[in-house]
Amino acid sequence: MNQLYSEKVMDHFLHPRNMGELPGANGVATVGNKQCGDVMKMYLKIEGETVKEAKFQTLGCGAAISTSSMATEMIKGKPLSDALKLTNQAIAEALDGLPSSKIHCSVLAAEAVKRAIEDYRSKGEGGK
Amino acid sequence: MRKIYLDYAATTPILPEVIEAMTPFWAEKFGNASSLHSFGREARVAVEQSRDQVAEILNCEPEEIIFTGTTTTSDNLAILGVVNALEEKQLSPNRCHLITTAIEHHAVLDTFKYLESQGFAVTYLSVDKYGVVDLKELEKAIRPETVLVSVMYANNEVGTIEPIEEISKLLQATSYKLKPKFHTDAAAVAEYLTLDVQKLGVDLMTLGAHKFGGPKGVGILYIKKGTGVNPVTFGGHHENGLWPGTEAVPLIVGTAKALELSIKYHVLSIKLVTELRDKLIKGVLEKVPDCYLTGHPTQRLPDIASFVFKGVEGEAVLLRLDAEGIAVSSGSACTSGDLKPSHVLLVMGIPQEEAHGSIRFSLGRNTTEEEINYVLEKLPKIISDLRNLSGGL
Repeated sequence: MNQLYSEKVMDHFLHPRNMGELPGANGVATVGNKQCGDVMKMYLKIEGETVKEAKFQTLGCGAAISTSSMATEMIKGKPLSDALKLTNQAIAEALDGLPSSKIHCSVLAAEAVKRAIEDYRSKGEGGK
Repeated sequence: MRKIYLDYAATTPILPEVIEAMTPFWAEKFGNASSLHSFGREARVAVEQSRDQVAEILNCEPEEIIFTGTTTTSDNLAILGVVNALEEKQLSPNRCHLITTAIEHHAVLDTFKYLESQGFAVTYLSVDKYGVVDLKELEKAIRPETVLVSVMYANNEVGTIEPIEEISKLLQATSYKLKPKFHTDAAAVAEYLTLDVQKLGVDLMTLGAHKFGGPKGVGILYIKKGTGVNPVTFGGHHENGLWPGTEAVPLIVGTAKALELSIKYHVLSIKLVTELRDKLIKGVLEKVPDCYLTGHPTQRLPDIASFVFKGVEGEAVLLRLDAEGIAVSSGSACTSGDLKPSHVLLVMGIPQEEAHGSIRFSLGRNTTEEEINYVLEKLPKIISDLRNLSGGL
């Protein structure tokens, strides 16, 4: 029964990586809603078939913040095809697990990445 | 790192005098209070003296005091016990009606939800924006077949005090032949408000020792003589047959001692804690933009300062404060496990998205001005950091 946050979750929560807006991002998506308490905005700068940069803004709990931070770390510098394969389980595992009630935060983070890539693709090759 | 505890409404540390009072009853005077030999008699005397002490404070007879397992079990016994004692003819759904409020602790609320699932009619009273029950609404809700009304003495999340004496008078004044029994969950108030059951006019009242400097694992239930209550668990004659099981002698002794001390320090606690709470409230409202106090501005417990911080999520605030050594609680969905924010805040009309940003500070007798200053120094930056992180989403 793991109902506590791992050290890794706390590390990403207290020292979030890649937070903030990303000027010149060409794939952007917002997921979640305020009613549920968690909203994530994912910014990607994609060049060719590679995620050059990834940043996020999150309104949410410790798990929401740490999963978005971890998600950006996991896709930065990766081929788009890899980034698209990012699963919520992979994010949770990279954080040494999440309490069961917080799994939905990792789902949200994975969805944010996917939707941001879709946003890039929907704009055509240049992504502008 | 500094550690500052501002979650006294969750639980309190056991006072040294209480530990001292309990100590002989673990290994030395360990007898079963039901045994007839000297070991047992020694334990029995301790339990009964504790009962006397509690009864004196509550201004009732010792036989009217039952020691149970926790506040939650006391609440369950009070509510289910009254229903269990009803006559057969009252037990059909349309012959029996119960009233409570929508802001009760889950110990009460979930018990009524259970009864509702069993076919009983239950009215859940709403509250105003400050969390106060509307007496007119209550008056309208009472029916000839209303058997029980349960209203908390003060709300544990926002600190609003409910008009218990007025409710009692109102129930007494009904023209119906059957006067509903009146139960109050007083878990949040022991250190600050009167526990005189005659003055309050209640038939049943619950308390939990760990909220007033006593041990975890004991609840108190006051049952006014003549109030029909039947057991909900079975297995012995203990506690008038209403809470069967070997009495937790050391815990019961500690409970009585803790209650005695909290009454002794009543006036001093109220003064000290109120002053510091007001300093905290004023400071937070001044230093943190876009936040507000929840609960009644004046008709509130001395120890609770609860806020909504817009544009942040409560659990994140709690964890950031914790990283600075400050312990508080939150009514956000993320701390409840069911993805819904505090039912209390929602019933008070606070929008769901704002209720996620709720934080409760609860002070105790040991809280110092310096601790409050430390909170006021750390909190504004934490809120602004988290707002930056969300970029105003």
